[in-house]
Amino acid sequence: MPGINAGFALLSQQFMFMAGVAYAVAFGAYAWDLVAYSKLMRRGLALESAAAADSVAAARLVGVGSAGSIGQDLGAGPEDRGVRPSSKVHAGSDGITAGDSMKYGPEKRRAARVAVALTVLAAVVHGLAVVFRGIGAGRAPWGNMYEFCTTGGFTVTLIFLLVLTRRDLRFLGTFIIGLVLIMITYASLEAWTPAGHLVPALQSYWLIIHVSIAVMSSALFTMTFAMSVLQLFQSRREASLASGKRDKALVMRLVPNALSLENMSYRINGIAFVGWTLTLMFGSIWAEKAWGRFWGWDTKEVWTFVIWVVYAGYLHARATRGWTGTRAAWLSIAGYLCVVFNFTIVNVFFSGLHSYAGVGS
Amino acid sequence: MRNDSVQDVQSKKPAKDDIALPRLGFLGMLRWAWRQLTSMRTALFLLLLLAVAAVPGSLFPQRPSNPSNVTQYLADHPTSGPILDWFKLFDVYSSPWFAAIYLLLFTSLVGCVLPRAKIHWKAMRSAPPRTPKRLSRLAEYGTVEIPAGSGVDAAQAVKDAAAVLKARRYRVDVRDLDTDRPSVGAEIGFLKEVGNLVFHISILGVLASVAYSGLAGYSGQRIVVEGETFVNTLVGYDTFTPGAYFNSDRLSPYSVQLDKLAVTYDRESPGHYGQPIDFTASLTTKSGPDAPAKKQVLKVNDPVALGGTNIYLVGNGYAPVVTVKDSKGNIAFQGPVVTIPTDGAYTSLMVIKVPDAKPNQLGFVGFFLPTALLDKTTGVTYGSDPDPINPQLNLNAYTGDLGLDNGIPRNVYTLDTSKLKQINGRDMKAGGIVLAPGQSYSLPEHNGTISFDGIKRYAALDIRHDPGQNFVLIFAVLALAGLMASLFMNRRRVWIRTGNHPDGRTMVEFGLLARGEDHRLAGESAAIDKALHAKWLVPVDTPVQDGKQTPTIQPDAGQRVTVSSKDQ
Ligand code: HEM
Repeated sequence: MPGINAGFALLSQQFMFMAGVAYAVAFGAYAWDLVAYSKLMRRGLALESAAAADSVAAARLVGVGSAGSIGQDLGAGPEDRGVRPSSKVHAGSDGITAGDSMKYGPEKRRAARVAVALTVLAAVVHGLAVVFRGIGAGRAPWGNMYEFCTTGGFTVTLIFLLVLTRRDLRFLGTFIIGLVLIMITYASLEAWTPAGHLVPALQSYWLIIHVSIAVMSSALFTMTFAMSVLQLFQSRREASLASGKRDKALVMRLVPNALSLENMSYRINGIAFVGWTLTLMFGSIWAEKAWGRFWGWDTKEVWTFVIWVVYAGYLHARATRGWTGTRAAWLSIAGYLCVVFNFTIVNVFFSGLHSYAGVGS
Repeated sequence: MRNDSVQDVQSKKPAKDDIALPRLGFLGMLRWAWRQLTSMRTALFLLLLLAVAAVPGSLFPQRPSNPSNVTQYLADHPTSGPILDWFKLFDVYSSPWFAAIYLLLFTSLVGCVLPRAKIHWKAMRSAPPRTPKRLSRLAEYGTVEIPAGSGVDAAQAVKDAAAVLKARRYRVDVRDLDTDRPSVGAEIGFLKEVGNLVFHISILGVLASVAYSGLAGYSGQRIVVEGETFVNTLVGYDTFTPGAYFNSDRLSPYSVQLDKLAVTYDRESPGHYGQPIDFTASLTTKSGPDAPAKKQVLKVNDPVALGGTNIYLVGNGYAPVVTVKDSKGNIAFQGPVVTIPTDGAYTSLMVIKVPDAKPNQLGFVGFFLPTALLDKTTGVTYGSDPDPINPQLNLNAYTGDLGLDNGIPRNVYTLDTSKLKQINGRDMKAGGIVLAPGQSYSLPEHNGTISFDGIKRYAALDIRHDPGQNFVLIFAVLALAGLMASLFMNRRRVWIRTGNHPDGRTMVEFGLLARGEDHRLAGESAAIDKALHAKWLVPVDTPVQDGKQTPTIQPDAGQRVTVSSKDQ
C-alpha cells in the first residue's frame, strides 16, 4: 500500500483552514443577503403605505385572494407554468413568496452573488484539502470521523452548488454553508487524526463505493431537511397571511411557497432514497465479505435500516390521504434527524463492529 | 399514482358500507379488518412502527451478536435486567413483537399489491381512456393550426398525430375517425406502476430469502494455530450453529492448514503507530482427503471459497508454545496455548490446564506480552507493542484438582482457582513465573517445570454456508430496479383532437395529463408541440423563451374558441 506523506497531509490541513475562513465569509454574505432583502421589502412596503395608506391592505388582499384560491397554492411567476400538473391555474407573481419553479428571477441580489462566488472559492480550496488528505494517506480520504466530516462537508457544498446551477436555492445558503462550517470545525478541533493507514477491515474498494454513496445521499437529505423546515414555516405564514394577518417574516418572500418546497424536496428525497438503498445494499455486500454475514443487526446496520424505513414511510406519506404536506415534512425532518444521529452519536458513542478502533484485531 | 391511491382509499369506503356497519356479521368484520390492514394509512403506520421497533436493538446488547455483553448487563442490572429480558429487549430481532410488526406489514403488502397488480394488468390491456370533452382543462394544453391548402384534413391530422405519439413510444388509440372531431388517445409509462409492484414484491422476496438463509445455512468457528489443520467435519469446529434444515452430510470434507499468519503493523504514522494494517494467512487447502494440495491466501475482506462454504479471517492472536513436565519429569503438556488479546498491544490472557501432571494437577494463569517493558517506578511489566520484540510470559501457578474429570464442560480460557492452591505469584515468596523464549522454570515444592519454547500465531476462522444469500441479492437488485422505475418514470396520458375550420385550416388541440407527480410534464408538452409543428411543417410561432417556456397561454383566444366551441 502507498506510504504516508506527511507533507501533503499538512498541506491538506492548511487548505482546510483556508476553506473554513472562506466558508465563514460566504456564510456572512448569505446572511447579509437575507437581511438586505428583508430591508428592501420593508422599505418597499413602507413606501407603498405612505402613498396610499389603506390601498395596501386591499392590494395585499387582492394578491392573496387571487392566488390563494387553491389553498396553499400561492403565487408563481409565468415561468412556473406546468411545474405542478395538478394546478392548471397559476396566478401571477403575488410578491408574497418566490416563484415556485425555483428558477432564477430577474432581480439582482448582489450579496447572494458574492456569497455564491465565495462558496465556489471555498469549495475549490476545500476540494484541494480533501484531495491532499487522500494523497497524504495514500487512499480514499474517508476512513475515520475526521475524514467523514471533512469529505462529507465538501460533498454537501458540491451538491449544493450543483443544484444551484439549475435552481435558485440561494435562500438555503446560510443553512447549508453554516452546516458545512460546523462539520469542518468539529472535524478539525474535535475529531482530528493524523493521516494514517486503514485497519484491515476497512481496506476494501467497498469503502470507496459504500461510504461515498452514503455521504452523497446524506448531502441530499441535508438539503431536503432544510426545505422541509422552511416548508413548515412557509405554510404557517401562508395560513396566517390568508387569514388577513400582517406579513411579519419578509425574508420568507425569498422562499418559494410551501407546496413547491414540498414537491422539490420530494423529488430530491426520491433520489436520495435510491442512494440510501444502494448504501444499504453495498454495505451488506461488504459486510458479507468482511464479517461473513450480510446482515447482523450491528448498531450501524440498525440505524441505516431505521433511516431507510423512515424515508420509505415519507414516500408513502406523500401518497396517503391526510399525510401529505406538513406531516410528510415532519417525516422528512425525522428521517434527517436519524441520519444525523447515525453519523454523530452512533459513530462516537455506540460500540459495534463499525467502531473502527478494534476491528480485525 | 398518488392520486390513484388517494382515490383508492376513498373508493374503498363506499357509502353503503357505512350503513351496513351495525350488522356486519363475522365475514363483514373480516372484510372490514382486511380493508383496514391493507390501507395506505396502516402501511404507513406499520412502517413507522417498524423503524421505532428496530431502535432498542441498538441501545441494548443483543444475544445473537454479543452474548457476553448481555450476561454482563444482566449482572450489572439485577432488577431492571430481567424485566428488559422478559420484553425480549436483548433479542429484539427475533422477538415476537418485532415479528408481529413485520408480518403484519408484509400481510398488508400482499393485500395491497395483489389488487393493484390486477387493476394494472387490466389497465395495460385496455385502450387509453376516452378523449375528454374539453382538452383545455387538462394540466397542459396546446394547439397547432395547419394552414389551409396543405392537404391535411382532420382525419389525416389525427393519423399523423398518432404516428408522432407512437414514435414517442406512446400506446395510441385513434377514435371517431368518421366524425368531424376525430381524436387520438395515448398513454405511456406503465412501467412506473410495474416498477412499484416489482419493488414491493421483491421486498417480500428479500424477506423470504433471508428466512431461507437462516433455515438452510450453517456457520461455525474454529481457531487454527500455525501448522494446524482444520478438517470440515462436525468435530472439527469449536462452535457450530446449524440452520433447521441442516444435516451433516452437507459438510464437504475439505481441509485447511494454516501455514503462516503474517501481520504488518503501522510503523509510519505517529497517530496510528503499532496499529495492525495487514493480516495475511497462507493456507494449504485440499478439497477432499485425496485431492491435491493447493496454496491459497486468506485476508480480512477477502474470504476463501471452498466446498460450498466461505472461510473468513475474523480474529487472530498469539499461541505461545509451552512444555510442562510434572514432578516425575514426564511431559504432561506440550504445545501452543491460544491466548486472548485484551488490548492493542496484544497483552494476552493465558490459561494453561495440565490435568495430566502427576501427582498434582497443575494450572497456570497469566499474561503473554509480545513486547514487555518494565515500568521502573511501579516495578510492573506491561505490554508496549503488538509485535513480538521482547516476548514474555507472566504466570501464576496453582496445584490441586482442576475439576475437569467430572464431565461438566469448562471454558478453556478460564480457570476456577477458588479450590486450588496457589504456589506462584508476584506477592508470594516464590514470586511469579517470568519466562522469555527458550527459558524454563522449576516450580516450587517439586511440582515440575515449565518452559517457554517459542511463539506461534493463530487465526480465528468463521466458516459459513449460506445458500439464501444469492436470492437476497437477486431480489434486492430487482427491488432497486423497480424502485427506480417507480420513482423516476412518469405515467402520462395525451389526447389530440382535430377539426376542419370552415376557412380551410385544420385545427389541432392537444392536452396532457399526468398520473401522480410529474415535474417534466410541461417539457413533454413542449416536445409534443414541437414534434407536431415539425410533422406538418408549421413554423412554431409562440416565442420559446430559453427552451423552457411552454406555449400554454394561447395568444389568440379566437382560435381556441373555434376549436373548442364545437365541444358545446
Ligand atoms: C415492507 C414494507 C414496505 C416498504 C419498504 C415500502 C416502500 C415503498 C417505497 C420506498 C415506495 C416509494 C417508491 C415507489 O413509489 O415505488 C412505496 C410506494 C408505495 N407503496 Fe409501499 N412499501 C411497503 C409496504 C407497502 C404496503 C403494505 C402498501 C399497501 C398498503 C404499500 C403501498 C404503496 C403504494 C400504493 C405506493 C405508491 C406510492 C406513490 O405512488 O407514490 N406499500 N413503498
